[in-house]
Amino acid sequence: MTRYLLRALALVYLLFLLVIPVGLIVWRTFADGMGPVIDALTSDEALHAFQVTLIVAVWAVALNTVFGVGTAVLLVRRRFPGKRLLSALIDLPVAVSPVIVGLALILVYGRFAPVGGWLERNGIQVIFSVPGMVLATVFVSLPLVVRAVVPVLEELGDEQERAAHTLGASPLQTFRRITIPGIQWALAYGIVLCLARALGEYGAVAVVSGRIVGETQTLTLFVEESFQNFDQTSAFAAATALALIAVVTLLIAKLLRPKGT
Amino acid sequence: MGTGLGVGTAVLYLSLIVLIPLAAVVWRAGGQGIGYVWQAIRTPDSWAALELTLVASVIVALVNVVMGTVIAWVLVRDRFPGKAIVDMLIDLPFALPTIVAGLVLLALYGANSPLHVNLAYSEAGVVVALLFVTLPFVVRTVQPVLLELDRDMEQAAYSLGAGQWVTFRRIILPNLAPAMLSGAGLAFTRSIAEFGSTVLISGNIPFKTQVAAVNVAGRIESDNLTGAAAVSTALLLVAFVVLIMLDLVQRWAGRRD
Repeated sequence: MTRYLLRALALVYLLFLLVIPVGLIVWRTFADGMGPVIDALTSDEALHAFQVTLIVAVWAVALNTVFGVGTAVLLVRRRFPGKRLLSALIDLPVAVSPVIVGLALILVYGRFAPVGGWLERNGIQVIFSVPGMVLATVFVSLPLVVRAVVPVLEELGDEQERAAHTLGASPLQTFRRITIPGIQWALAYGIVLCLARALGEYGAVAVVSGRIVGETQTLTLFVEESFQNFDQTSAFAAATALALIAVVTLLIAKLLRPKGT
Repeated sequence: MGTGLGVGTAVLYLSLIVLIPLAAVVWRAGGQGIGYVWQAIRTPDSWAALELTLVASVIVALVNVVMGTVIAWVLVRDRFPGKAIVDMLIDLPFALPTIVAGLVLLALYGANSPLHVNLAYSEAGVVVALLFVTLPFVVRTVQPVLLELDRDMEQAAYSLGAGQWVTFRRIILPNLAPAMLSGAGLAFTRSIAEFGSTVLISGNIPFKTQVAAVNVAGRIESDNLTGAAAVSTALLLVAFVVLIMLDLVQRWAGRRD
């Protein structure tokens, strides 16, 4: 009896918090057929938002992948003073509000800040432009690749790497032929999570982008702007597209997730 | 040699993007003195926003402790068709962009609600949005502990005549408590930082439904960066204290094992 009560409680909670709301948006998006959805997603504004989102996400994922793999190797394979501190600092971005991320970047890279002012005099505008949005996205998705790779690297051990080294492989060869194949699935998992976070980031990007339509507007900002302007069709269409990306991410992540974690 | 260069590069990357900017926030607020920070926090609109954020986050943490544990329990101990799909759905709030989360909730709990439940522009709407984005925390911390839990003790308790409730309270709950607590702590820190999901459903009405992160965003937009930094510092401080307490709980639980 208790068993069925608990099951019903859990399922009803999930139904009303998660399943019905998401389903309702998808249903309302396609209520008038595919035509309006395609029109909404292929408007100049939407296409541009999609393009900006992709540029920012690809840069952020590329940077965090290089940083993530490098740092994971350092944390697992090398010994150096301050290792625990570095490991703790990598998780810091998770606890910071996206709005504070935006504010923090403005205070350093804004036009009236020393660093930002200097960069601007040399022709690089960071805030209210793509570089700032990349920085914000890198900030919020920073731990994802590191945290995906570290446990697998630990489990893998360094015997094979040592063997390759003894047989005369250079560090680069060892890394390419031994380390990378060993962590490839974990790395792919981390990259997928990072990409999803980057495509979906809203708060931090909203603050640093200045929300300039046709310039720095991403897909998530497009959803908000459309909704506030009572253009429900566009808002719902873009939201459904983003939700689809989220579901696909979940499916891929499920397939790639290292066993036992 | 290689290690030094690598660590140097990693620290530089982390500093340029995370550490220096965050330090700049605290510096900007603290540079005006503690008195200024306190005054900025006590500005009526910021104070109301912080109050709402903290109260809503406590409610969210409490609801999550109960419902998250129930869901984890059902996912581990119960068997029914479609369980694998339910298990995957739990992670959806993490994968879904926060602005989409807000929009989605507005579809069911907004002005055109098919249930005729309109939570738009209300404090309850804020709580629902926070419940949505924090759903996975307690489930995902309790689930693995429940999976690993040795069932011998439970069987022993039953065979000694303990009822379901007594067994749960005396045998299972003490084992789950650290995981429940850390899940609730994570849900709480996420809640006090949350921005995107509350933007659409709350309407951001000052003194009523405006949460702290939205209050900070408002100050940034009106170019009051120092005030924004002060409220941000308060939020960072609360998150920091909670995270340290969680770390202590983990160590204490680790020592008990």
